[in-house]
Amino acid sequence: MIEISEVGKRFVLHNQGGAVLPVMEGASLTVAPGECMALVGASGAGKSTLMRMIWGNYRCDEGSIRVAGVELCKAEPRAVIALRRQSLGYVSQFLRVIPRVPTVQIVAEPLLAQGVGEDMALARAHAMLARLNIPQRLWGLSPTTFSGGEQQRVNIARGFIHDWPVMLLDEPTASLDAANRAVVLELITQAKARGAGILGIFHDAEARAAVCEREVDVTRFTPARGEA
Amino acid sequence: MTPLLKVEALSKSYGAHLGCADVNFTLWPGEVMGIVGESGSGKSTLLNCLAGHMQPDTGRVIFDTRDHGPRDTVTMPTPERRWLARTDWAFVHQNPRDGLRMNVSAGGNVGERLMAVGARHYGDIRAQAEDWLGRVEIDARRMDDRPRAFSGGMQQRLQIARNLVTGPRLVFMDEPTGGLDVSVQARLLDLLRGLVQRLGLSAVIVTHDLAVVRLLADRLMVMKDGRVVEQGLTDQVLDDPQHAYTQLLVSSVL
Repeated sequence: MIEISEVGKRFVLHNQGGAVLPVMEGASLTVAPGECMALVGASGAGKSTLMRMIWGNYRCDEGSIRVAGVELCKAEPRAVIALRRQSLGYVSQFLRVIPRVPTVQIVAEPLLAQGVGEDMALARAHAMLARLNIPQRLWGLSPTTFSGGEQQRVNIARGFIHDWPVMLLDEPTASLDAANRAVVLELITQAKARGAGILGIFHDAEARAAVCEREVDVTRFTPARGEA
Repeated sequence: MTPLLKVEALSKSYGAHLGCADVNFTLWPGEVMGIVGESGSGKSTLLNCLAGHMQPDTGRVIFDTRDHGPRDTVTMPTPERRWLARTDWAFVHQNPRDGLRMNVSAGGNVGERLMAVGARHYGDIRAQAEDWLGRVEIDARRMDDRPRAFSGGMQQRLQIARNLVTGPRLVFMDEPTGGLDVSVQARLLDLLRGLVQRLGLSAVIVTHDLAVVRLLADRLMVMKDGRVVEQGLTDQVLDDPQHAYTQLLVSSVL
């Protein structure tokens, strides 16, 4: 579902003397359907960078990134937009809150964008919010004033509302209590059972062990520092 | 699928002064494209050339018309271009006064555009005007008031209703939230976002506000000194800017 081969990336900081920071080199990995792979490595090793390159908000300078059969390296914006709408789900670390938009709408949005009817989309959003223990009285409110843990659960509800064939998870169990953490692990297990290919970052070693079959240490994709 | 709008090598100068130069892009149905850049970067000149308000010096602007397929709007006869402006295109000005008739009632402002495309039944026109005022959150009781009695935010929402009532396929917006209070901006942005999603509109939005494009645009084009220095997926351009000017722009946000 995800095939990455010989991917490289560097940042060029034009306004800081044109400094060139190579951040990734020769990154290769494959995630099969029904499998969850964990990205591990110290902070700064490039876990999030690699994940952002797969999501497409970081440009890939060399190599190939194929997701659900689509080549993402140097792809046209509309190819990435279509992939995100249909095939690629992403649970980011933080919810991007939009003032005035109610929680239930935020969760239902991926379904509405695919043309699912409003009644059906809202019904599924309600079910997902209930499963993640968000009190019903909050569904009609904007998550602006929610706690960190509540916002993260809204984010997870949105990420799992559709059966994406490929999913990226960035710390999905961070800032959750034990009960909600268990719900998230169950959602991941179910997604794998239906054949989703998942790539995740989990600092929580227990959670990682519970859902991931394999792990890749991104440190081996980190270019040597110092000579530049 | 046919692109809705295809712009090829478009340039416009004001005498020795460059407006915009060698602009190329393709907009697909349902896409919202943002154009950002500082004042004088040529973004408004470009928008005006696209919308037929200004004649470019060179280049083509090919629009996929409903009845005759892709046509170059630069070379088409003026009456045809004016018809497009009343039907398939909409233009939301920064200053609502430029897009509204200030001495005509709110309902009349919306109804007028319907009449321009041939609507004649008074009851239907009034009902549609009322429906659209509701969609932009203007109380139906204000229908017979003139826009000069409205606040800036309300005027801007009225301008949007007037523009969208005829079901355009491409909306041009020039700084639609400029000059509004922050709280009013948020409401307008949210409204625009909802309308764009629900109606599947394609749009080209000129702004200098990165938050506006983050919220509304799928794609982003960055202009400086009349030229496009970078374009791509909105979150990619903002999160991983490649050009020196874009990096400066993104890092300057407080």
